[in-house]
Amino acid sequence: MYTISNRLKIFSIILIVLGALGVAVGFMTSHKTLDEVKTMLAEEHSAHGGGHGVASESHDVTSMDHNETTHEAEETNHSESAHTEGTEESAMHTDAMSSTSEEHADDDAHNASGEEHSNLEHSEAGHDEHAAHVQEQMAKRPWSALYVAAFFFMMIALGALAFYAIQIAAQAGWSPLLFRIMEGITAYLLPGAIIVVAIALGSHFIGHHNEIFIWMNEDVVKDDKLIQGKSGWLNITGFTIRAIIFIGGWCLYRHFARKFSIAQDNAEEGDNRNFKKAFRISAGFLVFYIYTESMMAWDWIMSVDPHWFSTLFGWYVFASMVVSAVTVIAMTTMYLKGKGVLPQVNDSHIHDLAKFMFGFSIFWTYLWFSQFMLIWYSNIPEEVTYFVTRINDYKLPFFGMLVMNFIFPLLMLMNSDYKRINWFVIMAGIVILFGHYIDIFNMIMPATVGDRWFIGIPEIGSILLFGGLFLLVVFTALTKAPLVAKRNPFIHESEHFHY
Amino acid sequence: MEDSSKVIHAIYTDDDVLMAAVKKVKAERYHIEEIYTPFPVHGLDKAMGLAPTRIAIASFLYGCVGLTVAIVMMNFIMIKDWPQNIGGKPSFSYIENMPAFVPIMFELTVFFAAHLMVITFYLRSKMWPFKKAENPDVRTTDDHFLMEIAAAHNVDEQFDILRNTGAVEITLIDKAH
Repeated sequence: MYTISNRLKIFSIILIVLGALGVAVGFMTSHKTLDEVKTMLAEEHSAHGGGHGVASESHDVTSMDHNETTHEAEETNHSESAHTEGTEESAMHTDAMSSTSEEHADDDAHNASGEEHSNLEHSEAGHDEHAAHVQEQMAKRPWSALYVAAFFFMMIALGALAFYAIQIAAQAGWSPLLFRIMEGITAYLLPGAIIVVAIALGSHFIGHHNEIFIWMNEDVVKDDKLIQGKSGWLNITGFTIRAIIFIGGWCLYRHFARKFSIAQDNAEEGDNRNFKKAFRISAGFLVFYIYTESMMAWDWIMSVDPHWFSTLFGWYVFASMVVSAVTVIAMTTMYLKGKGVLPQVNDSHIHDLAKFMFGFSIFWTYLWFSQFMLIWYSNIPEEVTYFVTRINDYKLPFFGMLVMNFIFPLLMLMNSDYKRINWFVIMAGIVILFGHYIDIFNMIMPATVGDRWFIGIPEIGSILLFGGLFLLVVFTALTKAPLVAKRNPFIHESEHFHY
Repeated sequence: MEDSSKVIHAIYTDDDVLMAAVKKVKAERYHIEEIYTPFPVHGLDKAMGLAPTRIAIASFLYGCVGLTVAIVMMNFIMIKDWPQNIGGKPSFSYIENMPAFVPIMFELTVFFAAHLMVITFYLRSKMWPFKKAENPDVRTTDDHFLMEIAAAHNVDEQFDILRNTGAVEITLIDKAH
């Protein structure tokens, strides 16, 4: 039996307390009055650079006849390297991906003193509307930060559950030694998933106009034909019922798989009934899982952008989920092996887990790219806005995660020898986990806070809060049963597993 | 060694016996020239003390070559040589139109890595069509295992050792003919 060390317990409690403080600070500083937001915007605008106002005034979005001086002033302001030739520029303006025209329109709207443009956008009403929009985005930030972190840790537990079911259904010979670790990680699923749904609903019911899911806001839906058309699926009752079905199904499987696994420990010699039961429910669960996981991805993530849709989104979320889960399984295994409580686990087990980390990282990249490239290539306005906002406002996290989730694991985990070195796998795992946090961040944040994002106190506080909770729940669950499943028919093969 | 052209062929009928024999012969510090088996015997290379293969490293480098070829080729054709507007795709710089090139970059990387690695394997193992088969005993392709040891001065002693390892047939072969 493993006993949780006091240091780990205190460490996770410190994380929870620090995180809770960070979250509290986030909530206290996020709700600003309209006047405060207006002052802030005015300050930001004045600090935006001297020549900017002149350049954008003479800039007309629709006409193509730029003179060279305006053009150069623009370049210095926006550092758009693509603007070099007049012809190129006109092509860029018609290109939805570059969306410089949108930016300029937006800048002009900020610039209330623009003499040439005297349309409605520049009146005080338009300015108020913009400030109200920014105010809402700022109010949503602590909620979104909380939601991203909560989902990230929930997804690790859910991915570990799917991986566990796959190992049982595939009758894998190498992994039974790690079953108890996977079971321990999945213990976070029930609290984690409930927290995710509670934050999603809480952001609607608590406070004013700060919902993570814009379709929960009746005022918005009232004027939005597209969301009205989807309201058969996107309504709070349906959302709640589906969430209960998802969480219920997953946790039911988790409960019984764990029960059969422990019952198999105490079974008599040759009695494999519990093993067979676990095999059957795992196969059934995998069918249930792949449907509910996809629907969960629509409900809990994709619907933050209710105007946008993507068919492979569920798979994409799944890839992110399972690679994070395998990484956490590997890291927990190495931690426990380092503590000396898992003597039978050898380098070959770590090697196999590292291979899964490597393979699923590439699988994630494949799906990320398939989604991105199809939308980029066809460039249909209703789809492409998703990536336009991400590339314009989230350039570093959007492309940075590609480095962390693809290039880094590709180069680090390709060598067979490196996959057996524990500290090497741990380092690669830390980068992969950060990369997939950024991945979830990129899914949620652009729809809720837009360009008002930052990885600051609310975000880091949320990570610490749920990270601490995750550690506490997982390592407490690990103490509840022996760390090695005793009478599993494959356990001996697993103990002598050698690659 | 005066009789360096002489070798001993010991034939086995079981791969486990063969493995034990290899360990015994290695322990006696006799040089194993070659082992012929009808199928891969897991762990044989380790028991013989063969150096690990470097073909994976070669393959990685070939993959890098393939990626470079793809990038240089498409950068020249699509961006430098004739930057035509095809369906509104931005051909001002390579990076702007890169997503469209990724499928080709990927495929050429795999193509180079795979094919050049296979060719490397053929060259290093000296395999090609119409090559004369180097098979000392036809049964080694079916169900027999053959260990070839350089004969030393004490051939009789070597015979005894090999017989004790369970060899079913031991012969002294003079290769210089």
